[in-house]
Amino acid sequence: MGLVASFFGQLCGKEKKPEEERHLRANDRSFNLTYQYANNAIKTSKYNILTFLPRNLFEQFQRLANAYFLFLMILQVIPQVSSLSWFTTAVPLMFVLSITAVKDANDDINRHKSDNQVNNRIVNVLVDGKLKNEKWMNVQVGDIIKLENNQFVTADLLLLSSSEPLNLVYVETAELDGETNLKVKQALTVTGEMGDNIDALAGFNGEVRCEPPNNRLDKFTGTLSLNGQTAALDNDKVLLRGCTLRNTEWCFGLVIFGGPDTKLMQNSGKTTFKRTSIDHLMNVLVLCIFGFLASMCTFLAIGNAIWESREGSMFVAFLPLEKGVDSSLSSFLSFWSYIIVLNTLVPISLYVSVEIIRLGNSFFIDWDRKMYYPKSDTPAQARTTTLNEELGQIKYIFSDKTGTLTQNIMTFNKCSISGKAYGELFDFTGHRVEITEKTEKVDFSWNQLADPKFVFHDHRLLETVKEGNPDAQAFFRLLALCHTVMPDEKKEGELYYQAQSPDEGALVTAARNFGFVFRSRTPESITVVEMGKQVIYELLAVLDFNNVRKRMSVIVRSPEGKLTLFCKGADTIIFERLHPSCKKLVEVTNTHLSDYAGEGLRTLALAYKDLDESFMDEWKQRHHEASTALVEREEKLDELYEEIEKDLLLLGATAVEDKLQDGVPQTIEQLAKADIKIWVLTGDKQETAENIGYSCNMLREEMKEIFIVAANTAEGVKEELQNARRKMSSSSADKPSVIKARAGLFWLQKTETVQDEEVDGEYGLVINGHSLAFALEKDLQLELLRTACMCQTVICCRVTPLQKAQVVQLVKKYKQAVTLAIGDGANDVSMIKAAHIGVGISGQEGMQAVLSSDFSFAQFRYLQRLLLVHGRWSYLRMCKFLQYFFYKNFTFTFVHFWYAFFCGFSAQTVYDEWFITLYNLMYTALPVLGLSIFDQDVNDRWSFQYPQLYTPGQLNQYFSKKAFVRCMMKSCYSSLILFFIPWAAMHDTVRDDGKDIADYQSFALLAQTCLLIVMSIQLSLDTHYWTAVNQFFVWGSLAGYFAITFTMYSNGMFLIFTSAFPFIGTARNSLNQPNVWLTIFLTSLLCILPVVAFRFILIQLRPTINDKVRHKMRKEALPAPTKPVRVKRISTRRSGYAFSHSQGYGDLVTSRKFLLKIPVRTRPALFTETDSPLAQNQPQHYRTITEEPEGSQSP
Amino acid sequence: MMASSYNAKEEDGHHSGASSHGAAGAVKSKKPDNTAFKQQRLPAWQPILTAGTVLPAFFVIGLIFIPIGIGLFVSSNNIKEFQIDYTGVDISSPCYSCAKNFSWNSTTPCVCYVPFTLNQSFESNVFMYYGLSNFYQNHRRYVKSRDDSQLNGDRSALTNPSKECEPYRTSDGLPIAPCGAIANSLFNDTLELYHIDSNGTSNPIPLAKKGIAWWTDKHVKFRNPGGNNNLSVAFHGTNKPVNWRNPVYELDPSDPENNGFINEDFIVWMRTAALPTFRKLYRIIQKKPNTTPTLPSGKYLLTITYNYPVLSFDGRKRMILSTISWMGGKNPFLGIAYITVGSICFFLGVVLLIIHHKYDTRNNSADIPN
Repeated sequence: MGLVASFFGQLCGKEKKPEEERHLRANDRSFNLTYQYANNAIKTSKYNILTFLPRNLFEQFQRLANAYFLFLMILQVIPQVSSLSWFTTAVPLMFVLSITAVKDANDDINRHKSDNQVNNRIVNVLVDGKLKNEKWMNVQVGDIIKLENNQFVTADLLLLSSSEPLNLVYVETAELDGETNLKVKQALTVTGEMGDNIDALAGFNGEVRCEPPNNRLDKFTGTLSLNGQTAALDNDKVLLRGCTLRNTEWCFGLVIFGGPDTKLMQNSGKTTFKRTSIDHLMNVLVLCIFGFLASMCTFLAIGNAIWESREGSMFVAFLPLEKGVDSSLSSFLSFWSYIIVLNTLVPISLYVSVEIIRLGNSFFIDWDRKMYYPKSDTPAQARTTTLNEELGQIKYIFSDKTGTLTQNIMTFNKCSISGKAYGELFDFTGHRVEITEKTEKVDFSWNQLADPKFVFHDHRLLETVKEGNPDAQAFFRLLALCHTVMPDEKKEGELYYQAQSPDEGALVTAARNFGFVFRSRTPESITVVEMGKQVIYELLAVLDFNNVRKRMSVIVRSPEGKLTLFCKGADTIIFERLHPSCKKLVEVTNTHLSDYAGEGLRTLALAYKDLDESFMDEWKQRHHEASTALVEREEKLDELYEEIEKDLLLLGATAVEDKLQDGVPQTIEQLAKADIKIWVLTGDKQETAENIGYSCNMLREEMKEIFIVAANTAEGVKEELQNARRKMSSSSADKPSVIKARAGLFWLQKTETVQDEEVDGEYGLVINGHSLAFALEKDLQLELLRTACMCQTVICCRVTPLQKAQVVQLVKKYKQAVTLAIGDGANDVSMIKAAHIGVGISGQEGMQAVLSSDFSFAQFRYLQRLLLVHGRWSYLRMCKFLQYFFYKNFTFTFVHFWYAFFCGFSAQTVYDEWFITLYNLMYTALPVLGLSIFDQDVNDRWSFQYPQLYTPGQLNQYFSKKAFVRCMMKSCYSSLILFFIPWAAMHDTVRDDGKDIADYQSFALLAQTCLLIVMSIQLSLDTHYWTAVNQFFVWGSLAGYFAITFTMYSNGMFLIFTSAFPFIGTARNSLNQPNVWLTIFLTSLLCILPVVAFRFILIQLRPTINDKVRHKMRKEALPAPTKPVRVKRISTRRSGYAFSHSQGYGDLVTSRKFLLKIPVRTRPALFTETDSPLAQNQPQHYRTITEEPEGSQSP
Repeated sequence: MMASSYNAKEEDGHHSGASSHGAAGAVKSKKPDNTAFKQQRLPAWQPILTAGTVLPAFFVIGLIFIPIGIGLFVSSNNIKEFQIDYTGVDISSPCYSCAKNFSWNSTTPCVCYVPFTLNQSFESNVFMYYGLSNFYQNHRRYVKSRDDSQLNGDRSALTNPSKECEPYRTSDGLPIAPCGAIANSLFNDTLELYHIDSNGTSNPIPLAKKGIAWWTDKHVKFRNPGGNNNLSVAFHGTNKPVNWRNPVYELDPSDPENNGFINEDFIVWMRTAALPTFRKLYRIIQKKPNTTPTLPSGKYLLTITYNYPVLSFDGRKRMILSTISWMGGKNPFLGIAYITVGSICFFLGVVLLIIHHKYDTRNNSADIPN
């Protein structure tokens, strides 16, 4: 497509010589205009009214099928060759072209609309010293524009100044590069000084020289010259179009690149085009058909040569040869004539019909109420309409965890405070009460700062806090102080927390509702409202979290001057550092922790310690020395932290629930029954991932063993993988059995398939990020694949986005199985794009995954409906369609082949030309569409009841090359019947009034009527689900056939278009003959009878799962839905950590130093908005994000 | 089992939280419509192939087909048909000399006489056909070599025939009417039939030459060029087809209703045959008003004006006399086919019944692996 675009670009003379350097001056439009830079208007549409027809036609004829039919049409114009009138090809071709053109036009209109919408967005532009509202498209290079919070960045801007200190600006780049965390940009000090001084900005006349437009998002070089001074510009000073301004009140920027020159637009248009395996198979088959066609035509041409020399040359008295044509030329011509006659082997309507069917099935996905999520008003969406049938063949699912299996919502569920557990409800007899939605919630209305969304059920805890229990108060005080959350209070009392991990947010929010409201922080203080009273703590130190420490502490001084260290962290780590006096408490807390872990909750232990002033002074001194040390700073700091974080006093423990999405365990169980393997690829820690694995039923107690691969060397990983494999199957060979084959068009593509190996029992595999990196290397890949594929469940933790894609590609490459990746976040984009089918959860982490996905919906559990119902049906329908379609066209065409032996291989057609024209287009189009849009072997509830109905799809059982050959044999049989029965019945016979009936026209009518009736009956046999629409289509088509036939063969049509309808009267004269009908009846029966008998025998002897279920469905009603059994969790202790992702940013919130210098780039992750409402603006959906370089290997 | 029913609760669209929201109607919900069509719940009939339907169908078809087949066979057998090949391949054949000495240019017609005997008498109307073999009337170039507009009396097509008629489009600079290879090769043997009495006198049998073409052909498809009752004037400016002896308006000068393009022999010829062996209706021998058979058994004489050369391409010419029945001419195929298919059906039914009895236990759906 791009080629075409550039071709047309050249035609229109738009191509200008590439820009080498961009030079522009602020506030000087006339200067900048001399360079003719593109303005900020964008154009993603392809056509306008004038160019639509030529360009669209040109594009359409680039498709092989269309070009082929154009070629046929040209052939038909040659009189010596033309065996059919031009309209037999022209009418279908025109029909197909116009359908596609309408679709393209519609798409382009939508693009025009979206362009217009984006182009007409309003932005503040500084014009003549005043801020004016201007449309985006009118913004020019060199303009200064003002952006406000949450606005989209209009163009690629040089940041001049901002409202924030140090001229910082926070941007969200999710739409651009898929990373959800905020990024910091900082303006030059020279320009930053101007602030929002309009006059200064209006007078600003800096000149920018920079690189020409390019698509590198991470690089920018240029210089800014101002008053003779030159400053270097880099990527940190540039805001790119597609970003959104966050947490920044306003900022000013100078437009450097506009519209098509922006990096966003330079990056767009690189969508990967996914094709289904059926598509590939279809291409191969069409190619085979071409070959078959050519050989058939060659055969017939040879036949023609023989006939011409033996019979034709004698027959010249009545049929002279055309001038200059001898028998060899005649045979050459008849080759092409037969190409035309037999062209219906490659039916033009195949591709169109396939598209229509897929579109129809996509609509059913869009319309499905059972995949509609009312809470967020999100229906499921088939974003790609060409992949449906692949949904019925999924063998591997790669799932993200956070936001996909889990809701990425942490709720503070339970806690244990000095040995007392809270959070569970008991009735008066002391039995645990199930908490449901109806359970009474704790009323937090007394606390004006409480978060209304926070839900807690145990009243005792609030009472305890209110009573003034010091332990409980200290507990929540700790939660309110010991964290790195940033508060955001836009309006008085409306607090938003920006937490690095949702766990932290949950804990701080809990403290907030229980009366310890964390309100604001400065680098050296934290303001907390404790039970309605404002208290300001002096923040002395933050002992930050990291992976080794697994804990974090703060040291604060209360207004009374008391020094306290608050610490929270993993229970094992905390327990090691407790004061011996806590021993008893530890025991009690430990049992609580075990309970919590058993329920799949993430736990944290909390402890504190009072410090005395002198020790603190001395420690602080040493801390200062250590933190300024040049060598071994980290180690020294760690030592210091270790020293102070001991002899802690235990306060209790928290339990945060990482909420699973609804129905996840059931869905996973269903999919497992359908023999789909689910791999979880998560960025989370191993423990967390395991926990989730258990809670969503992927890892089960009854599994024989769960292997954990966590080695840190390649050898170690190899050994662990091999050991695991040997345990699973002792007979497993050392070398994998790889089957090499060739596939694809012309069998050019080499494939290697690793065979599945037999395993008894169920196993699980957990592999961590380090090991995965080794395992993904060339020499270990197969080891990993073999071991992993033997396991029922595979969980990969700490996986980078690139590794996710690599895992998917590994399976894709060696398993030749259809893969599906499901995720919700930007980190899943690579895997969504790598898998055959990408599913996006339109969840909390923005729209990035959805935008690059093929299907999207709001809840993981809809996946089972998408696959087991829609996917299965789509696959079934597509296969039925293809089988029937090939059968119908082969049968149609083969009859010509038999007739060749009786008409001197002269390429005479058996049927009327109009019948040939309309056969695919009208007489059989709707019934087969009806079949392939509405058919269902069993309904959705039975599909769920027997997930194993899904497995034939995975094994490609419904349509394959074998099935195609079978189809051909069947066609061969049918066509023999369809030709020779009428032949035998009609030759030498006459009408019941003695007149002629064995004439060509009557024979044609008889043959085509037989064909159509046989096809209708065959279709009826294939249809399992007879809706009124199917009935209407089948009967309607038959009736339509007779109506059209009688009309076309009527006197009127003949008298008006004499040469077009020479079959006048044929229908009337032959369809009133009993022997004609007897022949039709006999032919149909002979075609159908073997099919029925064969199917019946198959059902009796080797019933498929479908047959069984259909049989059962007929006999019994569906069993009443049983109540879902609550999934029992096992109580093996697995403690989780609240800190899930990267190192904290403790130093950021405390260090004064930080604020004084330019932000350190080693901490790219700053704040993640969790509580912010979804971005209300429409995303710019025309664009695609940059792709990961495919196949690149990370060490 | 447990999980299958999971979705019933919320996903059926009756979510408690959302229903009130939707009912408010202020915000247009994106919730899909709950129509049977969109939810793929259209009521449907779901037939499956069970023993209960398939086996009776086979037996019933067998039971229906066999009687029909017997009926067809009997009625086909009752049709009397007599064929005689008069091509003249053998030296013994009366037409041998005519066939051998044929020349397109000869002006004197060659007549040969073929005596034959009917062993049975033919009742009712008897139809007289000529049959040609190895004659490719269905060859593509042959089939398209005609101009239907011209044959329909279109004046412009008369003077300017379609290109499809080449090389029989014009001759001597004048357009040919009727143009094309089909018309050019019009069958032009004349057949006459004489009944030879017991006393040796031959009585000509009246042969009706009208009523042999389809009504639609005669009255719609074929029309003489209008504007003039005098056909020779109407066809003025055209030439006769090269093989013809007479122009088209002299095909049957005696009967203006059977002359020109609407000559029925011509119309019958123009309806090209589907197969290289075919028969075409030539004459009808009307049944006599009294009870005497139309053609009593006895000796007959067929007089042939031998004009049509077929030997060059190894063709054969036949004269066929045939009666007809409700199912047309003599063709035992349908009857035999029906009987055979009916028997096969019956037999298959038995086989399937045995299979069903032996193996149906397997189909008991209890054993669906879970």
